[in-house]
Formats: sequence, structure tokens, C-alpha cells
Amino acid sequence: MKIGVFGFGGGYAMLSLIQDEVVTRNHWMTNEEFTDLVAISQTTPGPIGINTATFAGYSAVENAGYSPFMSVFGSVLATLTVCLPAFLLIIFISYSYKKFRDNRVFNAILNGIRPLSIALIGFAAFTLMTPQNFTDYMSPIFFLGTLYLSIRYKTHPVILIVGVALLGIIFY
Amino acid sequence: MVVRIFFLFTKIGVFTIGGGYAVIPLIERDIVSRDWLTKEELYELIAVTESLPGVFATNIAALVGYKVYGLKGGVFAALGTIIAPFFIIIFIAMFFTKFQENIWVAKAFKALRPAVVALIVAPCFSVAKANNLTLKTAVFPALALILMIFFKVSPVWIVIFGCLGGLLYTFKLQK
Repeated sequence: MKIGVFGFGGGYAMLSLIQDEVVTRNHWMTNEEFTDLVAISQTTPGPIGINTATFAGYSAVENAGYSPFMSVFGSVLATLTVCLPAFLLIIFISYSYKKFRDNRVFNAILNGIRPLSIALIGFAAFTLMTPQNFTDYMSPIFFLGTLYLSIRYKTHPVILIVGVALLGIIFY
Repeated sequence: MVVRIFFLFTKIGVFTIGGGYAVIPLIERDIVSRDWLTKEELYELIAVTESLPGVFATNIAALVGYKVYGLKGGVFAALGTIIAPFFIIIFIAMFFTKFQENIWVAKAFKALRPAVVALIVAPCFSVAKANNLTLKTAVFPALALILMIFFKVSPVWIVIFGCLGGLLYTFKLQK
């Protein structure tokens, strides 16, 4: 899992990389399962990039038919590999981080990537817009409602998730 | 000292629900108030972290830990942010398959799935705003999106293209 290296632009941009690796390429789980996993990662404490990696690591190994013990091992591996590259980079930078900040090459790379992180986030969302995730006429309502509240009022994701979950229990 | 750093960041890890940026006020309160770091130093570290790959919360923890107590401090601060969420997720993952069969849970998730997609889309707008995206610069993310959706180009390649594009732009076109 080389996702950690490419996880520029925060946890959300990372989601598209995790999804590409876990769903599209290796078929370790379905898109539907991945969406559920993101929902849980968002509501539980901890950074979303790490939570998703941990969960994906566990589920991938479990889906392959291994024991819970092996699955835990899978999630340990996934979590560590997501953090490790960045961590090594940080240690390296810490020695001379002021110099690094003004480095032209580094800044050039960043300027190239920043606008693309928008595309990465958009792509993660696009690939999840499947019939399995949008099952009926209610789905677009939940989608648009959440989008509106989140952008317009910056409602906290946890509040939104709990709210929508309750609505789901009531209306389905 | 190392133990204290570890537990401080464990606490911080537990309280970062959702986005990584939630850690900033927590670090400010717990670390800066202890005089381990000045406010200016913290903001400098945040600026560095923003431009790094990886998970924001863990990165900032590693940097702050390193600054306060060297290599050991960095390692334990980073581990601190991971450890609690890690066990919580493992615990949930273990029971999730059984959990899913519950009718109430199934109903909740049926409604949640489109909402989660919306939550993933939402940061697009804030990132666009933060980057001062204009019609001209919006061409690049739009192009990247088309490549990924219609030509099945892997996101990994998009990241690599971005690196190269940034280099090209800075060193060739801006001379």
C-alpha cells in the first residue's frame, strides 16, 4: 500500500487513492462496502485518512477469508504504511525545514499538485455515485441536503451523519 | 517526558473527529500553553505540514513532537495520534459484518451512503476557494477528472503529472 506517499492534500484526496487500490484494482471489496467504511471512519475519532486505511486493511483481509487475527494484522500494516512515508519525510525535513520551505523545486511540485487534489476528491466522489449507493428517489435528497448543509453552514460531519442515519431509520 | 507527549497526543487523536484540522486548536491548548512551543513556531509547523503528503493530524504531531523532544518525541507523538482511533476501528471492524445484518443498521446505512458521497464532494469547494481557483486554473483539475473518469487513468498518475506540471510551469514558463 503505497497510498501514504501520494496522499497530498489531506485525507479526502487520499480516499480516491485508497479506493483505486482497494476497490478498482485489487477487488478486495465492493464500492458499497467502501462507502460504509468511509461513513464509519468519519464518525469515529481520529483522522479520516488513517481510520479508512485501518478499516480497509481489516476488511480486505477478512473478505479474503482469513481469521480475525490475520485481519488485525492487515489493518496494522495498512495503518503503518499510510503514515510511514510521510513520517520519514518529516524527520528528514525537521533537520532543515526552514530551508525546505523556500526550496523552489519543492514549491513547484506543490503548486502543480494543489489544484489537482480537487480532481482527486471529485473522482473519489464520482466513483461512489453508483446505483448501489443511490438506491431510490430518497437518495438524491439525502445527497443534496448533506451537500448544502456542509457547504453553506459548515455543519459538522458527525452531526450530519448521525442526523441522516436517524432519518434513514425513520423513513425506510 | 516521552510518555507525557504520547498521552497528550493520544488525547488529541481521540478528539479529531472528521478532518485533521480539528487538531490545531487542541495542540494550541495543550502544547503551547505548556510553553513547549511558541505560537509562531506552531504556525510555522502548520505551514510545513500543509505542504506535506500524508495525514495532516499525524504529520503535525510528528513535527511538534520532534521539535519538543527530538526523534523520540516525534515517533511517540505520531503513534499517540494513531493508537486510540486504531483500536476503536479494529473493534468496530470486527463486529461490523454481524452489525450490518441488523435491520436498523441497514436502514441507517441506506440513507447514509448518498450523504457520505456528499461529504466527500464538499471539500472540493473549500479547497477550490483556498487555492483561489479561477476559470483558467480550473482547466487542470477538470482535465484530470476527465482523464480519470473516461480514460481510466489511475489517480497515482494524476499525482505524478501534477508534480511534473508544477516543475515545468515554474522552471520553463516563468523565466
